[in-house]
Amino acid sequence: MSLSTQLINLFAATILLLAFAMLAQRRVLTLINLFALQGLTLALSTLVVAVTTRQTHLYWSAGLTLLLKAILLPWILHRLVRRLEVKWDVEPLIKVPTTMLVGIVLVIISFNVALPISQLSSTVSRGTLGIALASVMLAFLMMITRSKAVPQVIGFLAMENGLFLAATSATYGMPMVVELGIALDVLIGVIILGVFFFQIRDQFDSLDIRHLERLKEK
Amino acid sequence: MLDLFVLVLAIPLASGLALALAGERAWAPNLNIIASAGTFLASALLTAEIVAGGPRFVFGEAFFIDSMNVFFVTLTAFVGMTTSIFSGPYMRNEREHGRLSAPRLRLYKSMFQLFMFTMLAALTTNNLGILWVAMEAATLTTVLLVSLYRTPASLEAAWKYFILCGVGIAQALFGTILLYFAAERVLGETGNALLWTYLVGVKGQLDPTIMALAFIFLLVGYGTKVGLVPLHNWLPDAHAEGPTPVSAVLSGLLLNVALYAILRVKVLADGAIPSDFAGNLMMGFGLLTLVVAAFFLSRQKDIKRMFAYSSIEHMGLITFAFGMGGAVANFAGLLHMTLHSLTKSAIFFAVGHAAQKCGTQVMEDIRGLIRINPVIGWGLMLGTLAILGLPPFGVFASEFMILTHAMKHHPWATPILLLALGVAFASIFGKVQPMVFGETHAQRLPHAPAITPVFVHLAIVLMLGLWIPPYLTRWFQEAARMLG
Repeated sequence: MSLSTQLINLFAATILLLAFAMLAQRRVLTLINLFALQGLTLALSTLVVAVTTRQTHLYWSAGLTLLLKAILLPWILHRLVRRLEVKWDVEPLIKVPTTMLVGIVLVIISFNVALPISQLSSTVSRGTLGIALASVMLAFLMMITRSKAVPQVIGFLAMENGLFLAATSATYGMPMVVELGIALDVLIGVIILGVFFFQIRDQFDSLDIRHLERLKEK
Repeated sequence: MLDLFVLVLAIPLASGLALALAGERAWAPNLNIIASAGTFLASALLTAEIVAGGPRFVFGEAFFIDSMNVFFVTLTAFVGMTTSIFSGPYMRNEREHGRLSAPRLRLYKSMFQLFMFTMLAALTTNNLGILWVAMEAATLTTVLLVSLYRTPASLEAAWKYFILCGVGIAQALFGTILLYFAAERVLGETGNALLWTYLVGVKGQLDPTIMALAFIFLLVGYGTKVGLVPLHNWLPDAHAEGPTPVSAVLSGLLLNVALYAILRVKVLADGAIPSDFAGNLMMGFGLLTLVVAAFFLSRQKDIKRMFAYSSIEHMGLITFAFGMGGAVANFAGLLHMTLHSLTKSAIFFAVGHAAQKCGTQVMEDIRGLIRINPVIGWGLMLGTLAILGLPPFGVFASEFMILTHAMKHHPWATPILLLALGVAFASIFGKVQPMVFGETHAQRLPHAPAITPVFVHLAIVLMLGLWIPPYLTRWFQEAARMLG
């Protein structure tokens, strides 16, 4: 195994570990930092793929990832929790061990689903496709188990991180125009959600999603 | 000469930005209508050009217009235009009732135009990645519209809409990545591997295993937006709690565009996978959706919620029709999509005014519309009869085609279809009848409602039931043939 493959595998494993760490993290502030760290790792692994394969557009997408996911989005989230005064929020997470066990099962399933695709792939980073799918699933699990708005959104963004990793491991990234469009959508989405958080807080005096469970089929 | 297509995209984008910058002025509603009418005019002329000259590219290979998407473009622009006409007096009444302020109306108008822009872009782009981007942007532009009233219920609906569609659309992105992966192996890393015109040329060479997986993810992802069961939860809430013009465009347009995305991918999946995998999957999802929605209909108390479930039901039927495939079923599916768009938005226009008059959306408190305002009363009644598939309205023709085709090729599905349609008929008719006829105590509205769009839509639906113009038939047939 060459050095680059080992590096890519190392970074991918770090992303998966961070996904697990986010799943168990109660503090909003630490959660944002973990998300930033995941973004940074993602940018680094994209950079390694770029250096190994000499694909120019991968340098751009590594830079874009660094800018958007390691700097801009965490910065917006930090500002948001400060303005919303939920900076020191600690979420009472129940059943962390159970959630972790479900997470492990999801990882095993993801690896099995990804196996036939990885075998067809010829990229240097093909081994990481299972990890990418697992990160998506873990982020999804995080969205389901959280009851506060900000952690749910971080889960949503972490899901996008996993998808990005999938795009660089199965193929060498999507065409540039598509990547730019996705980045724009994510950015606008976070800004709109920021506006939306203030609406929720003004209405309910809290960001607890459990207030938002009244519309149900009777 | 200025390209008509440029106008189709530039008018909603420019007017959306202008309306956001200018704020709520006296002329803003008129600008909204003029812009929508301009978009419609441009798309109608574009359609005439495509029908005469055949499919073509715009801006290199970035956009591709063929007989299939140009038909959706016209439909989208038309319903956009009538909705903007309807929303003028409707929104003024809401303001007089103190439910909306000037900044909210500004938000509404600019987001409405930007929403039109994202949908037209989604329809015309040649790049399946950009299609995803535009679909996601369509959600983003409407989230704040669903929560426009800022009530606890509307905030909840908007949150659910964002999270569920966000998760759904993430699945679709994974599907798109897999599709790109499959295509790249055939087309190479040229950046063309997401362009539909290239993909359709090599669809037989795409790896069937990957394509099957990609199609599942794409169907689930875009299916969330179509409102396919079990991912439909956001839809009734968003329709019931958002302002009525938004319900009309969500039901009439967004669901169609999401289904269009699935259809494009289905063509590729059918080419790659030897068995009828994609079709069977769509038939299953479609039937499930149809049945579940039909049974939920009878339990509704909110009028907009009920018609939202009716939209889910019809989307299920259309998905089933496309799942069967073949020229006849595709033709019926396309026809039913058109008719559902027109009828359902007409119903929402009538429902909006009725709810405004009675000051409630609860069906038990809406009574005797025919006495307060016969025009609205008849609009709702005729719209309901049309959507329930009573002849001579067009929905009858398309439902009849779907049913007979199912009887011939998939006889097992016929009793399920008939049962679901029967249950839907009984629940909707039983609830609308006392709302239209019966005793009443409602007040007058400060602004006369814009009721013309209701009858324009219903007239077209009626006409399509009696006689489909030959050029429209040709156009439907060509689109149906492309779907395979």
